[in-house]
Amino acid sequence: MTPRAAQAAIAGVGYTPFTRRSGRSVLDQALEACRNAVADAGIETAQVDGIASFMLMHDSVPAVAVATGLALPGLRYGLDVQLGGQAPCYLVGEAATAINAGHADHVLVFRALNGRSGPRVGTMPFAGAGGQYRYPIGYDAYLMYVAMWARRFLLETAQGEADLAAVASTQRHWAAQNERALKRDPLSVAEHLAAPFVVEPFRADDCTVEVDGACAVLVTSLERARDLRHPPAVVAASAYRAGPRPGLDIGDHLLWSDYTRNYTSLLRDELFHRAELGPSDVQLAEIYDCFTSTVLMGLEGLGLCERGTAGAFVRAGSTSPAGSLPVNTHGGLLAEGYLHGMNTVTEAVLQVQGRGGTRQVANHDVCVATSGALMDGSALVLTTDR
Amino acid sequence: MTTFDSVSPEEMVVAPPVADVDSQFYWDGLRARRLLVQRCAECERHRFPPMPACPSCAAPGGEAVELEPRGTIYSWIVVHQAFAPAFRGEVPYVIAVVELAEGCRLLTRLEHQEPIEAGQTVVGHYHDHGSWTELRFGVEA
Repeated sequence: MTPRAAQAAIAGVGYTPFTRRSGRSVLDQALEACRNAVADAGIETAQVDGIASFMLMHDSVPAVAVATGLALPGLRYGLDVQLGGQAPCYLVGEAATAINAGHADHVLVFRALNGRSGPRVGTMPFAGAGGQYRYPIGYDAYLMYVAMWARRFLLETAQGEADLAAVASTQRHWAAQNERALKRDPLSVAEHLAAPFVVEPFRADDCTVEVDGACAVLVTSLERARDLRHPPAVVAASAYRAGPRPGLDIGDHLLWSDYTRNYTSLLRDELFHRAELGPSDVQLAEIYDCFTSTVLMGLEGLGLCERGTAGAFVRAGSTSPAGSLPVNTHGGLLAEGYLHGMNTVTEAVLQVQGRGGTRQVANHDVCVATSGALMDGSALVLTTDR
Repeated sequence: MTTFDSVSPEEMVVAPPVADVDSQFYWDGLRARRLLVQRCAECERHRFPPMPACPSCAAPGGEAVELEPRGTIYSWIVVHQAFAPAFRGEVPYVIAVVELAEGCRLLTRLEHQEPIEAGQTVVGHYHDHGSWTELRFGVEA
C-alpha cells in the first residue's frame, strides 16, 4: 500500500446550549461554540486561520464576523456557503483539503442559528425558480418534500410507518443519555403511531425539533492533532455528491427521477474508496435525520443495509444502544435538535474520540456521518488514529 | 416568516405565483386553459419546470408544446397541518407528483379522494384564482 497522503483530523468540538428561545444574537452563539471548540482542542484562539460555515437565506453570520468576534489576527481561509443540511460533512472535507494543501492550519467549521425563535428553515420560502410552483399550492415546507420522497420510498421498498416509528423510538433511547437533547422521554412505537399525522406519512415525532444554538469543530492536520488534548478524529474520507438534475433550488425535486434513492447511494463508493474501507467496516453511523425516513434511506444508500431492509434492521434493535450498529447516538436531529447536521458531525467526533460519556459506544474506530436528505449531500468517514 | 402567533390579513391570502422570464409562457398557458411544457429540440424530451436549457442534454432553448393534462400518480402527501395561514382552511389537502405520459412530472394539488394509490390515472382541470390559474388533478370521473 502506498503511504497515505497528508491527513487532517478533528481535534475538538464546541457547543452552546440548545434552547427554544436563546434571547441571544446568532453571532454571540457562533462565537461561544467556536471558543469552546478552540478550548476543547487545546489551541490558542489566535492560531485559528480558517473559518467555514453555511447558512440559508441569511439566517446566520459570515466567517468574517466570527473572525472579528474572535479577534483573530487574520484569516487564510474563509468559506461561506448557501446550503442547508447538505453542508456540515462537506465543509469539514473542504477544511481538511485546505489543511492538506497547506492553505490553513486550524479551521473552525460551525453552524449557528436561532432556528426556533428566528427564521425557521423548514417553512421559509427558498429563493430560486422552483418556488413559484410550490408555494401557491400549499407545498411550502421542507418536511413536505421529504414526506413526498418517504411515501414513494416506503411503497417501493415495502416498508411502512412502523419502520419510521422504530427510528424515532430507537433514537429516544440514545437521547435519554444526552443532556443536550430536547426530547429525552421514552417513545414507544405504539405511542408514535397513535399520534396524528402532520403531513402524511409523517407524524410530529418523525420530524426534527427546531432549536436555537450553535456548534463547531476544529479541524487541523493529523500531525498537529496528535499533540493536542484529545485523541484525533481522523478525517479518513469525505465526499459530496449531487446526482443528475438536482433541481432549480433546494426545494425543487421535480426533475429527480428516483425518490427512493438520495445522494447517499451516489457517494457511497467514492467515500469508502477514499477511506480504503467498506460499509462492513463501519462500527457506528451518524445519519442526517431531519426526518425519520432519511435514516432508513441513508442506511440503505450507504450499503449498511440491503435495500428494503433498513426498517427491519432498526426494528430488531440493531441501531440501538445494545445493537450491532449504533446509529445517531445523540438521539439525532430528531431528539437532540436541528442544528442542520453540524451536531451530527460533533457527535461523530465525540464518539470516535471516546468521549461519549454514558452513551459512548464500545467500538468506535470507524464512523460514517452524513449531511443532507434529498438530491445532494455529503458524508465523512472518521476514524481513530490507527 | 410565518408563525402561528400573529397573522396579518395579507397572510390569509394565497400569494400568486411569481412568474419569471423563463416561466411566463407556462402561466399564460394555464390562464388560457392549456398545459404548455417545454420540449427539447435536440433530444425531444419534455421537461418541467421551465428553464432555459435542457437538463438532460444541455441544449439551450426549448419549444413550448401543449400536452394533455393526464397522468399517473408517482407520489403524494396529505397535509393535515397547514404551515402558511392561507391554507389552514384547506386541510386536509393532498399534493401529488403526477407523471405525464410524455415523461415529465408536475407538482399539483390533488382532489381529495380515497384511496389514493401510486400509478392511479388522474386528469387535470383548471381552477381560476384571482390573477392566476391553477392546474389541479383528480381521479377520472
